[in-house]
Amino acid sequence: MRFAGSEEYVSTEDLTLAVNAAITLERPLLIKGEPGTGKTMLAVQVAKALGIPLLEWHIKSTTKAQQGLYEYDAVSRLRDSQLGDPRVQDIHNYIVKGMLWQAFSQDKPCVLLIDEVDKADIEFPNDLLRELDRMEFYVYETRELVKAKQRPIVFITSNNEKELPDAFLRRCFFHYIRFPEKETMEKIVDVHFPKLKKNLLREALEVFFEIREVPGLKKKPSTSELLDWLKLLLSEDIPPEALRSKDRKTIIPPLHGALLKNEQDVHLFERLVFMTRAKSN
Amino acid sequence: MLIDFFFKLKSHKLPVSIKEFLTLLEALQKGVIGSSIDDFYYLSRTTMVKDESNFDKFDRAFAEFWEGVEAIPGIEAQIPLEWLLKQAELTLSDEEKKMIESLGGWEKLMETLKKRLEEQKERHQGGNKWIGTGGTSPFGAYGFNPEGIRIGQKSSRNRSAVKVWDQREYQNLDDSVELGTRNIKVALRRLRRFARQGAPDEFDLENTISSTAKKAYLDIHMRPERRNTVKVLLLLDIGGSMDDHVKLCQEMFSACKTEFKHLEYFYFHNCLYDFVWKDNRRRHAERTRTWDLLHKYGHDYKVIFVGDATMSPYEILQPGGSIEYYNEEAGAVWLKRVTDVYQKCVWLNPEPEEIWGYRQSVQVMKELMGGRMYPTTMGGLEKAMKVLTK
Repeated sequence: MRFAGSEEYVSTEDLTLAVNAAITLERPLLIKGEPGTGKTMLAVQVAKALGIPLLEWHIKSTTKAQQGLYEYDAVSRLRDSQLGDPRVQDIHNYIVKGMLWQAFSQDKPCVLLIDEVDKADIEFPNDLLRELDRMEFYVYETRELVKAKQRPIVFITSNNEKELPDAFLRRCFFHYIRFPEKETMEKIVDVHFPKLKKNLLREALEVFFEIREVPGLKKKPSTSELLDWLKLLLSEDIPPEALRSKDRKTIIPPLHGALLKNEQDVHLFERLVFMTRAKSN
Repeated sequence: MLIDFFFKLKSHKLPVSIKEFLTLLEALQKGVIGSSIDDFYYLSRTTMVKDESNFDKFDRAFAEFWEGVEAIPGIEAQIPLEWLLKQAELTLSDEEKKMIESLGGWEKLMETLKKRLEEQKERHQGGNKWIGTGGTSPFGAYGFNPEGIRIGQKSSRNRSAVKVWDQREYQNLDDSVELGTRNIKVALRRLRRFARQGAPDEFDLENTISSTAKKAYLDIHMRPERRNTVKVLLLLDIGGSMDDHVKLCQEMFSACKTEFKHLEYFYFHNCLYDFVWKDNRRRHAERTRTWDLLHKYGHDYKVIFVGDATMSPYEILQPGGSIEYYNEEAGAVWLKRVTDVYQKCVWLNPEPEEIWGYRQSVQVMKELMGGRMYPTTMGGLEKAMKVLTK
């Protein structure tokens, strides 16, 4: 099983290699990178390219490691006992399988995505060490050991909000998705909008990278914002000339709201544009 | 095999473990990569390095190991990043080496390079004497002088000639460089401390169940929501020698403001005396007495001073030492009061750590803080946060 990018996802050489190393050695791959560089999309696309199922476990600040394994639904058992339901005799009926268990019980290999692991409590990764390393865990309520039939391909994404413990890191492969260069960006846009006019793309990319260069932006626009913006440009049918108009009045790119998501950033940008305009007059 | 490589990484202070090394060997054995050195670079990076801030260190270690070229000590420290000068590296053929001999030999060349580095104050491009890019001086990149010393190129004109690890793209993530807002935020997040406090408005399922089971009637339990409860008191030096660090302080400040729920900030000038202020424009009109500060904010606040601590030692040690007015008690007394009340207290100094030793006032201040003075680099800030959370 090898991954080599897909029709919808441009994978750089180093990323492809990291994914393949993780697949071959059956170890989790930890992905970091700026928001919007396609960390989550990677797992989706790998599953699609390899033609295997994808299980997603999205982490929130309240998520506990146990929830990924299983949960014991005591409340409905209590209720069933009141109603005299015969199901109550068997505890198995009240064990709800979590994402990890579901992944472990697959007959064929699958992709498991643990999304935004850094959002959880600081102890969260430590609670998953054995589960990710040996791919097994113990269910105390039923006294059984759950072991992966087929080790799943695990992708873990992180936004760097919390540092991950060393013991956890040692068990993973690591890849940092860098912000794409112009060439890679062209390929990415090409994949998403195959019929985009060449000159519109060129102008749009230039504007995009220029905005990224603006110093002091709180949130630089990223790949996903560029794609949204292009979608808007296309649907509004904006001509390429409008993006690089010599007319100073329309120098602020159209629909810039899709690129700059922060009110302060928009202000800053407008002020800078105003200043350069004042200078050139 | 490759054990030397492992130790090379270790000697560059990369946090690599044996387990990771064995993983790398296993990957090689299973044929994850072909025989290309680029592939090996990517594979070893993905197995051994687990944090993008270490990529730069790794790149240097990798280059050193595979080139067999020892980095020249002392050069890096003297060259700021903006000059595109990254790493002194010798790429000479035998004939060229002979030409160097004619110029007085390698050592002389290095000596001149060092001298030039000291003389040169600005980034330079073109020309025939200074270090920079595109010139004919023997020092710099893209040059035409055969005895030239190549000093790390940002992008090569001929892409294939530049090795991936030679590009050192991750330099700005190294934790010894100055901070950006994002970096500061990540470091400050270490201070997060979640606790349940305040009005109980969240249903506590687990406690309700266990309590109901115990009491045999429905006993509902509520609990307060989890919040970040860390309290921070930020004291910023403003004006004078701090003008050079305004940008950093602003970044620091904006990062702090969004990160903490309980954040109080005050300004002082050079050293802490009997009053501080909140608004610099109205500093003479609206002052807060330092006593009030100590009384108002409980001892569970964490205090962060930001200042260069660069002044005359008298300003700290003598009553009346303030340059602005007559202070009845010395700055040192006030600092002692603060450190007595607040156990968790650090001083962040935007000046580079190397020059602290040359300034008496910095030494005095560091002593007053009980050694808890840290540079405002990523590494320094992290150390400071560790002290604060201990």
